[in-house]
Amino acid sequence: MLSRVADSLYWMSRYLERAEHTARLIAVGLNMMLDQAPHATSLRWERLLASLRAYPPPSGSGDAYAIASMLTFETSNEGSIAACIAAARENARQVREQISSEMWEQVNRLYLDVRRSSIEAIWQGEPLEFYHDVKQGAHLFQGITDATMTHGEGWHFIQVGRYLERASLTAALIDQHFRPYLEAPIDAPLSLDYIDWVGLLKCCTAFEAYCKVYTADVQAESVAEFLLLNAEGPRSVRFAADRIQRSMQAIAQSTGTRSAGRAERLAGRLRASLDYGQVDEIIAESMHSYLDGIQRQCGAIHGAIYQAYISYPVDTALTS
Amino acid sequence: MLTERSATDIGRPPFTSYQLDLAYDEMFTPLGQVREHYRMLYDRLRELSTAELIARQRYADAAFLNQGITFTVYGEEAGTERIFPYDLLPRIITAAEWQVIERGLTQRITALNLFLHDIYHEGKIFKDGIIPKELIYTCHHYRREMRNVKVPRQSYISVVGTDLIRLPDSSFAVLEDNLRVPSGVSYMLTNRAVMKRAFPRIFANYGVRPIDDYGKALLTTLRSLAPAHRPDPTIALLTPGVYNSAYFEHTFLARTMGIELVEGRDLICHDNIVYMRTTAGLRRVDVIYRRIDDDFIDPLAFRPDSILGVPGLLNAYRSGNVALANAIGTGVADDKAVYAYVPAIIRYYLGEDPILHNVETYLCDRADQRAFVLEHLEDLVVKAVGESGGYGMLIGPHSTREQRETFRDLILANPRNYIAQPTLSLSRAPCFIEEQVEPRHIDLRPYILNGETVTIVPGGLTRVALRRGSLVVNSSQGGGSKDTWVLSE
Repeated sequence: MLSRVADSLYWMSRYLERAEHTARLIAVGLNMMLDQAPHATSLRWERLLASLRAYPPPSGSGDAYAIASMLTFETSNEGSIAACIAAARENARQVREQISSEMWEQVNRLYLDVRRSSIEAIWQGEPLEFYHDVKQGAHLFQGITDATMTHGEGWHFIQVGRYLERASLTAALIDQHFRPYLEAPIDAPLSLDYIDWVGLLKCCTAFEAYCKVYTADVQAESVAEFLLLNAEGPRSVRFAADRIQRSMQAIAQSTGTRSAGRAERLAGRLRASLDYGQVDEIIAESMHSYLDGIQRQCGAIHGAIYQAYISYPVDTALTS
Repeated sequence: MLTERSATDIGRPPFTSYQLDLAYDEMFTPLGQVREHYRMLYDRLRELSTAELIARQRYADAAFLNQGITFTVYGEEAGTERIFPYDLLPRIITAAEWQVIERGLTQRITALNLFLHDIYHEGKIFKDGIIPKELIYTCHHYRREMRNVKVPRQSYISVVGTDLIRLPDSSFAVLEDNLRVPSGVSYMLTNRAVMKRAFPRIFANYGVRPIDDYGKALLTTLRSLAPAHRPDPTIALLTPGVYNSAYFEHTFLARTMGIELVEGRDLICHDNIVYMRTTAGLRRVDVIYRRIDDDFIDPLAFRPDSILGVPGLLNAYRSGNVALANAIGTGVADDKAVYAYVPAIIRYYLGEDPILHNVETYLCDRADQRAFVLEHLEDLVVKAVGESGGYGMLIGPHSTREQRETFRDLILANPRNYIAQPTLSLSRAPCFIEEQVEPRHIDLRPYILNGETVTIVPGGLTRVALRRGSLVVNSSQGGGSKDTWVLSE
């Protein structure tokens, strides 16, 4: 497979994952505004923004309209839903012949739907419906991909893109919730309450799944354990690491590239550390540096993929 | 009047508004009788109701759109895609007519290939005084870089799409040779696929020669260019990318042949060898079917601002490590002033009389001919020698005084850059337009492959000027196309 094609498939998938994640964060944020006091609300928006590496708008972190506008439609913001979906579509267009026509139609439809919308329009109507449609559109794309595309090398690059983005975003989100919780002085009251932990789970569509394992008794440690170390929850970091490793192995096998070892090894190490991790130890040592480490490892895997498959230096490829 | 009417086939539905003029009509004789090879189609059209015809046209349009058979329109928002308008009624060519076309094109391509080899090597044709050296050296498309370059198989032009028109005397004449990167062959193939489903019964009864093996024939032609020591050559189609108007065709051909579709940024030249960057490492490329013009193909050799090309490709090509189809520098023979010499070129290299004629052409470079052109601007079509696609033209009879003055100045400023031709009467064929069958002007672009042998799939792209009375068939200017049937006997 051409490196350029692999690259486009990978980014198409990463951008869609990011768009879907952002849509869910906004939807959960808007929904929870109904239940919380203004102060808690603006703290929560700050956490969500920080997890996306975005800054609050000039009007402050209590201005949900400005935040939603920035995260949804602002094209100068590379991480906005509209920008991510446009980038995903552009990548899909570059490899239109490599993906199924059903996939192209879906990403194109999603793009057109978002482009036709505006913050004024969704705010006047029912904003949650819009974010629901974006999430649904991204899910539909994933389903169509699995159902219509050959599960070969290209499909594995799509998997890697999706799960690297997911692992990284989930780790950042957990980090933003646990920092105030763990760093709070022993004698001071906790700055996060039950609703915040439920909110975190909902940001990962994991509330129902969590309750099946731990019941509705939502505890910070259990939430961390579930989102980080659960083997079966599709939004857990461990699940993502497992998928990344599997796809890296499949890609290495189908290409037979000699220099692929590093990407595979890094993916395997990330998975193993999550396979054998213990949540109490992680919290005891340093939750923050652990989560930071996960994001750094995701970055390293990305770099290794590029080095092995996409932008490898020409001279090494010629001599090896 | 009434008796005359009943003796003809014209005037009955759905041909009620069909009118003949001086142009050759593909379906009817000047007396209004159906030509023998169109009889079966005519009868079938008389049987079908208008509603049925409309349903079939809708079916065909939907088939094109659903399959994504579109072209990109420039000048509109990026990503604007349209279907190429498709006319439901086939254009039919008899076996005898096709034989002449086939022989004529084979002769012409063979001679042009010898000509290209000669002008980039010894230049015998200059020494023998057949064609002036200055004319060639002043061509925009002449490439000095190609002097004395050994081209695989001495084959400069592997893929050609010659534009033919039919004159009122029923003979075919060559309008343009298109030796660079001719497009449209995907429409020829998809038109046929759609037609087979829209008119299955009549198609089966007609004995139409198949064209489905074009992809295989093209692949064989490209393979024949690979170096002998590379028995399993890697062949790639080089496209300018998704924003090119012919991108659909590039993907279609790559898929049909099972070869890799690459962009300039996928290719790397190292030590004069071309590689493509794959996830499994660099893979050597042996033959490139390039759909990028000379100007853009190698920023080190030609336009330095090109980001579509491959730096170093020309040197790899000159070293004989990669084959290009078509070769670099073939546009010389596309120059409209050189075109005027093609009959002489055929006589010079082959010692034969041309089978297919040229359209009469006046060279503004020559004083006597220029004087004639300037006197008759109102009746002539003036063309810039390096342009194609219907751009840079003055159509005398439809021009304003101002336009003619502009062209007069242009010609006087740079006579070498202009030629003139009489206003041609392209033949007309029946088309299904707004619930009626009406005549429209057409041309014909057969696709010629020049490998170990010359192969011409029996058919081509018949382009239609869909606007009533219009003579411009280019897709960029409101043209459409129809399926072209070559009969086996």
